[in-house]
Amino acid sequence: MSAPTDEMTSTPQRSTWSARVVATVTGADARLTALAFVAAFLFGAVLLAVSDADAIAALEAGEGPAAFLGAALSAVGRGYTALLVGAFGSGGAVSETLVAATVLILTGLAVTIPLRAGLFNIGGEGQVVAGGLAGGYVGFAVEGLPLLVHLPLALAAAMAGGALVGWIPGVLKARTGAHEVISTIMLNNTLTFVAIWLLTTSLFQIPGRSDPISRSILDTARLPRPFGGLRVDVGIVLAVIIAGVVLWLLDRSTVGFELGAVGSNPSAATAAGMDVAGATVRGMTFAGIAGGLAGGALILGVQGRITPGFSSGLGFDGITVALLGRGTVGGTVAAGLLLGALKAGGRAMQARSGTSLDLVVVVQALIIVFVAAPGLVRALFRVRSEGASGTQISQGWGA
Amino acid sequence: MRLELRGITKRYPGVVANDAVDLTVEPGEVHGLLGENGAGKSTLMNVLYGLTQPDEGSILVDGVEQHFADPGDAIAAGIGMVHQHFMLVPVFTVAENITLGMEPTDRFGRYDRRAANATVTELAERFGLPVDPDALVGDLPVGLQQRVEILKALARDARLLILDEPTAVLTPQEADGLFESIRGFQAAGRSVIFISHKLREHHEIADRITVLRRGRTIGTVDASTSEPQQLADMMVGRPVILTVDRAPARPGDVVLELDGVSVEAPDGRLLVDRVDLDVHAGEIVAIAGVEGNGQTPLVEALTGLRPVTAGTVTLAGRDVTGADRRTLLRGGVGHIPEDRNEHGLVGGFTIRDNLVLNLWDDERFAHGRTRRRDVIDEHATRMMDEFDVRAPSTTTTADALSGGNQQKVIVAREFARPIELLVAAQPTRGIDVGSIEYIHGRLVAKRDAGVGVLLVSSELDEVTALADRIAVMFRGHLVGPFPAPLAKEVIGLMMAGVDPAEAMAGEAA
Repeated sequence: MSAPTDEMTSTPQRSTWSARVVATVTGADARLTALAFVAAFLFGAVLLAVSDADAIAALEAGEGPAAFLGAALSAVGRGYTALLVGAFGSGGAVSETLVAATVLILTGLAVTIPLRAGLFNIGGEGQVVAGGLAGGYVGFAVEGLPLLVHLPLALAAAMAGGALVGWIPGVLKARTGAHEVISTIMLNNTLTFVAIWLLTTSLFQIPGRSDPISRSILDTARLPRPFGGLRVDVGIVLAVIIAGVVLWLLDRSTVGFELGAVGSNPSAATAAGMDVAGATVRGMTFAGIAGGLAGGALILGVQGRITPGFSSGLGFDGITVALLGRGTVGGTVAAGLLLGALKAGGRAMQARSGTSLDLVVVVQALIIVFVAAPGLVRALFRVRSEGASGTQISQGWGA
Repeated sequence: MRLELRGITKRYPGVVANDAVDLTVEPGEVHGLLGENGAGKSTLMNVLYGLTQPDEGSILVDGVEQHFADPGDAIAAGIGMVHQHFMLVPVFTVAENITLGMEPTDRFGRYDRRAANATVTELAERFGLPVDPDALVGDLPVGLQQRVEILKALARDARLLILDEPTAVLTPQEADGLFESIRGFQAAGRSVIFISHKLREHHEIADRITVLRRGRTIGTVDASTSEPQQLADMMVGRPVILTVDRAPARPGDVVLELDGVSVEAPDGRLLVDRVDLDVHAGEIVAIAGVEGNGQTPLVEALTGLRPVTAGTVTLAGRDVTGADRRTLLRGGVGHIPEDRNEHGLVGGFTIRDNLVLNLWDDERFAHGRTRRRDVIDEHATRMMDEFDVRAPSTTTTADALSGGNQQKVIVAREFARPIELLVAAQPTRGIDVGSIEYIHGRLVAKRDAGVGVLLVSSELDEVTALADRIAVMFRGHLVGPFPAPLAKEVIGLMMAGVDPAEAMAGEAA
């Protein structure tokens, strides 16, 4: 009898790594995600307590656990109250929350969109930079246009810049199989240094100055601020509109259907006659558009000019937002607002109670850890996992 | 060993997988376990092998109650299991695999190859299962890999062997060899639990047969006094039609013409070697063969999943050699892929989305780029009803369905669009008798509606039941087609590479 060899029946297969990432993110239980958020704050509270000078003093003076606990609780209370007030306590606070949320929602969408296609976009950073550079350039270099023409033009340039930077890793993946995580990380560095270089050229730099800061965006390209003195601008409206478009794209359109099929089972997508390579390129390009718009909204909005490192960390914040939003558009918007509040509140907290802004960074990092490790959250809150069954090697129910 | 399972109950959230199941296996008995997918066979065996704990009930070995916390306990009690998917290390030798976890070592704690080989050779001789102890398992054909699995269990002194769907991967001849080995253990006083959904095999090898349905024991019968029809009815819970009722084919024009089609692997090896074949409208042409002889690459090539490296493919008079998948699908080719979970369905998608998976942007189901969700849902409701897909709703995800229902979703999708040629690869693999009956009926109906059907199957019963003409594929070559009927033995010989003239002469003599 001949040996039936496995290679004879081999089929072109794509790595299931991406499918697993998608499943981990979108399969996360909403309750567990909420608990991850709570857990991160509980750990943050511990940090607040042990880093409080009064609490440490009480401990060192040997005043007993009651004194320590009292001081610790009051520190936690002060810190988190300041955080809350800083995020929602006044019109100005809400304004700051929305300003932060604008960028977070857009960079979150830059991760959520390609995630549907099984692609993990770490390149938000580079896409934000590209969007900021392109949008900013049109914003200060093109003169004599009315706001209604100039602003849309600058925003379109921002989207185009981001799209290009998203398109590159998409094409590399589709044509050569280069992993998007690696290529987007590399592009982040590339774009950061391109920005630093461009800011020292006459193309961007303020004439007669030597520091790497761009000319100011013209008023006709600035995002209008509807509430006078408050910093919040129409960027938040733009972000919500874009979220609506993405909602249609991912959940209602044939394009999103294709992205979803490719992300969840590329073999079946191929067998259905879908264009897997095309979907890969499209997913990354759409991501770039969202990321680019985030950069544009930042530069044409609150910043008003391009400075080195203006994007610092924004792309990575987008990953947190998308993870917390469990890969859905609604979740991403909600998570963007939540983390926006955390950011704005954190700055206020630092100013008011002297608690370092780093706490917010730590809490944000802890959220990712807890979302990524649902087992940890389950153990922490003694949540029973659903559908727990023993090891099944042969097929059983549902097989 | 005398094994007794008493009142085994195992509940999973939402389902009772085993509901007070009783099973007794006498020493030296081959006990068949028969049931549809999801009937609870696997759960019962997982309980017996210590992979999962029962909620109620007890396991008795030679009258003594046992608690199996893990497979180690079951093995210690003399129970061995050969899983449907082998648990072997392909880069290890036969002897290394068999002695894995109990390797003989020399004074310095190193693996003692000579001792291991001697153990394996002794074992192989005692049970009449010859193997080469030094061969790499990854190089062995499936039949021999299975033999290694059996020897692995025997090396751990298994007195009761559980064989989970052991014939699914074998040629008829290999299956005969397996049955001979099973009779060997039986003679040595060992017991076997034989799991299969093929009725014929139970009659051939089992002493008694226990039928499970929906987690319950329906009954235990003597193999010698029961009829296949009776077992099928017990298994499904209603009268089942085992033979396919069909009128002679009325072939029309040629819908598919393969002329010298070759397919190469990316590394240049020839997988399909100059195949010529015609399929006419209104006939079913079957390609039989042991899996891995080139059927899969052939099907992939003519459905646009893989490039054709030489020759031409003509579909209803149009040259479609090298056409892409989408063009072929929209151009009238239906395809039931052999691996429904890989190519057929997106598991995480709902039934309604899977039903339009390859028509997702068709104008019937989309206005421009907006999907028409109401139309898609309506379509799904109709299809589920028409094709007897049993699921709570159109939004149930495909991976929550049984194999039979998954397959019906695929059949519904391919049948609901206009096609001239249907390529059905292993269309009833691993699905229950009720669904097989249904899908066979549908295939014949499609033929009678004037569609050309190319059936690729490694199930001889399926080939002989459905085909109007039968071809056999062996090592990339296509032999035939020959007009049906063709004796199963003849097909079996050709599947093993015997020349057709010789195979038929042998049968006639």
